[in-house]
Amino acid sequence: MALAPLACLPFARLARLASLCIALLCAATSAQAETRDIIARLANAKFPVVKQVIEDLAAAGDPTVAPFLRKLRAGKVYWRKSDRAVFIAEREKRDYALFDPITGAKVDQVGRRAAKKVRVNNAIRSAIDAALAGLTLSSPKVETRLAAAKQLFADRDASALPALTAALAREKDPTVKTAFEDARAAILATSTAATPSERVKAIARLGERGGSDSLNALSAVDAKAPADVLAAKESAIAEIKRSLAVWGAAENIWQGVSLGSVLLLAAIGLAITFGVMGVINMAHGELVMLGAYTTFAVQEVIRVSAPALFDVSLLIAAPLAFLVAGGVGVAIERGVCRFLYGRPLETLLATWGVSLILQQLVRSIFGPNNREVGNPSWMSGAFELGEMTITYNRLWILIFALAVFALLLGLMKRTPLGLQMRAVTQNRAMAADMGVRTGWVDAMTFGLGAGVAGLAGVALSQIDNVSPNLGQSYIVDSFMVVVFGGAGNLWGALAGAFTLGVANKFLEPYAGAVLGKILVLVFIILFIQKRPRGLFAIRGRAVES
Amino acid sequence: MILRALDTRSAIFLGVLFILAVAVPFLNQAMTPGSAAHLPSFAVSLLGKYLCYALLAVALDLVWGYCGILSLGHGAFFALGGYAMGMHLMREIGDRGVYANPLLPDFMVFLNWKELPWFWHGFDMFWFAMIMVFLAPGALAFLFGWFAFRSRVTGVYLSIITQALTYALMLAFFRNEMGFGGNNGLTDFKDVLGFDLQSDATRCGLFVATVAALAFGFVLCRIITTSKAGKVLVAVRDAESRTRFLGYRVEGFKLFVFVVSAMLAGLAGALYTPQVGIINPSEFSPANSIEIVIWVALGGRGSLVGAAIGAVLVSLAKTLLTGWFPELWLFALGGLFVLATLFLPRGVLGAVEGIKLRRSRPAREPAPQPAE
Repeated sequence: MALAPLACLPFARLARLASLCIALLCAATSAQAETRDIIARLANAKFPVVKQVIEDLAAAGDPTVAPFLRKLRAGKVYWRKSDRAVFIAEREKRDYALFDPITGAKVDQVGRRAAKKVRVNNAIRSAIDAALAGLTLSSPKVETRLAAAKQLFADRDASALPALTAALAREKDPTVKTAFEDARAAILATSTAATPSERVKAIARLGERGGSDSLNALSAVDAKAPADVLAAKESAIAEIKRSLAVWGAAENIWQGVSLGSVLLLAAIGLAITFGVMGVINMAHGELVMLGAYTTFAVQEVIRVSAPALFDVSLLIAAPLAFLVAGGVGVAIERGVCRFLYGRPLETLLATWGVSLILQQLVRSIFGPNNREVGNPSWMSGAFELGEMTITYNRLWILIFALAVFALLLGLMKRTPLGLQMRAVTQNRAMAADMGVRTGWVDAMTFGLGAGVAGLAGVALSQIDNVSPNLGQSYIVDSFMVVVFGGAGNLWGALAGAFTLGVANKFLEPYAGAVLGKILVLVFIILFIQKRPRGLFAIRGRAVES
Repeated sequence: MILRALDTRSAIFLGVLFILAVAVPFLNQAMTPGSAAHLPSFAVSLLGKYLCYALLAVALDLVWGYCGILSLGHGAFFALGGYAMGMHLMREIGDRGVYANPLLPDFMVFLNWKELPWFWHGFDMFWFAMIMVFLAPGALAFLFGWFAFRSRVTGVYLSIITQALTYALMLAFFRNEMGFGGNNGLTDFKDVLGFDLQSDATRCGLFVATVAALAFGFVLCRIITTSKAGKVLVAVRDAESRTRFLGYRVEGFKLFVFVVSAMLAGLAGALYTPQVGIINPSEFSPANSIEIVIWVALGGRGSLVGAAIGAVLVSLAKTLLTGWFPELWLFALGGLFVLATLFLPRGVLGAVEGIKLRRSRPAREPAPQPAE
């Protein structure tokens, strides 16, 4: 890396550098030689000797010995009878292949009787585990050290304490250092050997750290500990439980919001259709399903013809799903609903019929089984936020739902089509008198609602099974959202969806998933008594028609 | 009163029912098996099932056709009646179950329950079960209707809420902890009132009982709809606000027919369970309830005979089509929904009537459509 400066260095300094290098090299080889000496003692060793060897290896602190220890734990270490040398051995047909214990290079191949196993028992295995944890604490890789710290935190093995303290003194990386200190606190808190003041300090640290693993460590503090230790334990546990409760509530809210975003997507199109036309479209769930199957079809095409595009498959599927579902929606409106104006109950039945036909159509074309729709890479995985885990697909669906909501809101408030829709909603006859083509507006509205259902299908394909029954599982829920929020009002759908989502998730831990859902349904049935037209009812003449 | 309630069509309908009640057991019992005139036993049960559906359709027609309440949850009342009957039949099994427990039904032994839940007590007595067949759906309908009608939940909202009701009940009955057998429901019945359920004679007896129940439900609905109260019901259907302004207590009338209809549905369910041999939570599914509506819509909304005919026709078509072309059944059913609502607003019976009228009096103005 620095050839040029090296070239112009004075000779004396160069010589000093060279001698330093040689010294370091010698130190390394001598350390390795020492390790080899220790390992050599394993030949024909009794259990106490083996244990001693492991402890010596741990004390020597050479991380390169870790793979050897793992092999020893797995019973793969043998010694050669001819010269009592120790090797890692693998069965190779009828022979043993012998590998160097440190470098892992193949050294020899001997007959079955020429080598003997170094036997281990459970006590030795746990000694190996502790030694491994100590050794990995000094690994050059940050992740390994972090993992080792985490392991120690969970095991609270007092025998690893000296290694941990040594590693702590060496450690430069701040995150690893914190992890080491936490692990040390966990060990000290539960160790009967530590002084009470040390333990109290350690317990306080755990209390500040929080998290369910700290809680585990704290509850392992023995009941015979001195009074001040126990008092510290109780207060720390109380503190952690408080913070865990807050995180639990946050987790519930997140889950509820996530469910709410799904409900919002499924219900918002329904709210549009019902608002303008006074028609409940029972085929709405099937339009959602069509959107999901469009996603599936797009992914299939991409899989076959252009696998590189897989990550953008959803971006391609979304507009297509909108068009497919919207087109079917317009066809339903022009073909069926148009003839049933002013008879909402008949429309409800006819659209139910359409839903059955669509369901069977999809079943005949794609088969009755679940179809696999993949997550693009940017939608898979999760990240941690404090004590909760947030998956990317749920997060994206929330963002998507809010984006669709904002778009629709803009469409309703800012475009000529939106203006005409609202005019028709408020007073159909008057709107017609003012020159609005109500029939055309109806078709567009229905198409829009259906298209949004298609978009919902794209989102749902990421978290749910894509099957012909997909729509049916959401239809009752989305009705509930619309009825609760007040039909024909986008804000009502938003409020309804998130309220029901959060309510569902908060009831679940107490009542179980099914009972929670039943309670929500009963609540809505009662709620409707108080506000027969939902939270955000439309006021005006149109209501009583 | 009864005679006044029956017009020619009703008389024909009751006559057909009477003929069925005589002919079906005769063809099954008196004819030798294998001969062309012999009616196989499964057909007796199948016909009995259709007639249960017909009674259910008549019950729904009473609220929808005459009072404008589109209930998408009538399957719930039907299933409740069926469960009440099923609970009695379970208790009748006694110690002949797989686990031979004299008190507990098999599924409770399987779930390791030690005692009979409180709501299972009394079902060992037939009369008690019979009361519950009417009381359970009736009480639910009363409670639900009292809340819903008082706060003037109407139209599509009411339909959706009734659907939510049956959906919630379905979820509840799927739970094992509810004590109704979870998703397996109640089955393996042995006998009713001491008669073996597998025997042909019992099947014929149940068939005759079903015919009698259908006739009873039909006459009851005729009496209600032809009475003065029936006129108010039609008024509620066609212009609810106006009826209220005229001084009628709309809620009371609605609640009354809703409860009566739920009880009739419960009776239909109670007869359905022993003939089919099983009752499970899928009877509560919203799709089932909505299928009842298509029976009525196809047969002729606002015509009790039409509703019964629609139920039998659609169920028959379902049996045949799902046997011949299982793929086609949903297409056919969906098509029925669309075509019946688009082209047969008054059902098959209404269409036949319309043709007759046009023949006799071509200049007559078209029949008025019921408003919502």
